[in-house]
Amino acid sequence: MLDIENVHKTFHARTAHEVRALQGLSVHIDEGSFTVVIGTNGSGKSTLLNAIAGTFFVDAGRVRIAGQDVTRWPECRRASLLGRVFQNPFSGTAPSLSIAENLALASRRGERRGLGPAIPARLRRRMGEVVSQLKMGLEDRLDTPIGTLSGGQRQALTLLMATWQKPRLLLLDEHTAALDPKSAEQVVALSEQVIARDHLTTLMVTHSMQQAARLGDRLVMMHQGKVLLNLGGAQKRRVRPEELLARFEEVRRSDLLDESAAEMLARCYV
Amino acid sequence: MSLLIGALTIGFILSLLALGVYISFRIFDFADITAEGSITLGAAVTSTLLVAGWAPLAATAMGFLAGLVSGSITGILAMQFQINRLLSGIITMTALYSVNLRIMGRSNIPLLNEKTIVSQTEMLAQSWFRTPSVTLLGWEVSVRDLALLLVIPLFITVVCVLLFYFFRTNLGTAMRATGDNAQMIRALGADDRRMVILGLALSNGLIALSGAVLAQYQGFADVQMGIGMVVWGLASVIIGEALVGTHQLGFAITGAVMGSVLFRLLVAVALRWGLNPNDLKLITAAFVFVALILPQLVRQIPDWKRRLARA
Repeated sequence: MLDIENVHKTFHARTAHEVRALQGLSVHIDEGSFTVVIGTNGSGKSTLLNAIAGTFFVDAGRVRIAGQDVTRWPECRRASLLGRVFQNPFSGTAPSLSIAENLALASRRGERRGLGPAIPARLRRRMGEVVSQLKMGLEDRLDTPIGTLSGGQRQALTLLMATWQKPRLLLLDEHTAALDPKSAEQVVALSEQVIARDHLTTLMVTHSMQQAARLGDRLVMMHQGKVLLNLGGAQKRRVRPEELLARFEEVRRSDLLDESAAEMLARCYV
Repeated sequence: MSLLIGALTIGFILSLLALGVYISFRIFDFADITAEGSITLGAAVTSTLLVAGWAPLAATAMGFLAGLVSGSITGILAMQFQINRLLSGIITMTALYSVNLRIMGRSNIPLLNEKTIVSQTEMLAQSWFRTPSVTLLGWEVSVRDLALLLVIPLFITVVCVLLFYFFRTNLGTAMRATGDNAQMIRALGADDRRMVILGLALSNGLIALSGAVLAQYQGFADVQMGIGMVVWGLASVIIGEALVGTHQLGFAITGAVMGSVLFRLLVAVALRWGLNPNDLKLITAAFVFVALILPQLVRQIPDWKRRLARA
């Protein structure tokens, strides 16, 4: 389904701010799998998602989605295969457009946009039905500008938008990190429900060890732009948040060791 | 009375400029200064073709098309070549000054003896009424002025209705979303660069159309006529927003037209009271400046009150 082969990405190359975000990362995701990605800050999790979405081109390596090599596809072309929900609840919706207009834009993801009316009556009826499933009372407010809604409501709608047309791959980029605990819970529950109902192949980045342990059928831990751990099947089911934290601690300590060793070497030889 | 009718008519003609500025500044949040060249371009193309004997409607349509091209050039500079947006507009505007002179062949083309949409309307009105003037509310009004004051707003209404429906199509909605949140529209598979280029084309097309009609109304095209027009259009948009008080599409479009007409009336009154026409642009600029900072100042009033209370 998703094949990432030996992908490299360096930001601000050959400057003082050089960041080697992805360093030869390879990962494969099966059709229908729900993969959770965790990692330390700066481990390249979000960069990985952006590399898949085409926010930038990778420096080396290949990205294949649903059998198609999309490595050189621009972001807007890859959108025909991808549904995306961003960390910032304001990123996924156009604030001054109404709920209905936002949903209408999503209903034509990856399709040609011509001079037909954006919201034909049939689409509007369907919007009412789908939005009422959120149980937020938004079905009566379809013409309200989406910018007047709360972050949680906007993120729930972004999720509906990302999955309105079944995507080949759903990308969730820490999509509950900026929400209050209650909204986060709602959005997670909604995500699980939609993913299970439509059998969506999903890649979710998260900060939350609880989410990482509980959700999905595969767990990928990233460190320094590479895959450190890739658990599936029974191994994934057995994993506990405490173990993940312990693993993080281990990584952190080995990092410290690396740094102090480098320092020692510098002291001795420079 | 004829002064009032003249002001209203020019206000309606320049509402096309206001609509163009609304599209670039408000829908796309793109400070597009190409307008100053585009309005002259529309006037230059249409006037030159009229002198060459083209049918008035066809010549006017060509003025609109020329604006589409100039707008898309700014769009391509800004989006494909990633040149700073303001600079892209300045580059096109500067180039257009020479282009306009080339098209016109001189700095001013008089149209008084040409067949124009304005002269055609006047002839039609005269053959209809068979009298040079009628009495309206106790005022003697020339039939020609009255006919223009009927036909031009009608034309503007048609343009507004077309724009309203266009911005509610799939393409138009995607264009509005681009100005609002480009990241989102890319994630939904629309090319935001193409959207901006199309939007600027449409914006400058309307602005050039405004110039084409204005030249025929005032009876000449002049290479200097675009100077200060961006600020003029912006002033109209700001007044319109204050009048309708909402950013909803239909209201915003109506507001831009109302703002343009009201602004022109205010200018006519000020000139009548003895304002030196040379000061007009300074005062317009000052007005836009005040209108832009006013919301900020109003927001700070509670802070000042608190500070005063503490002191």
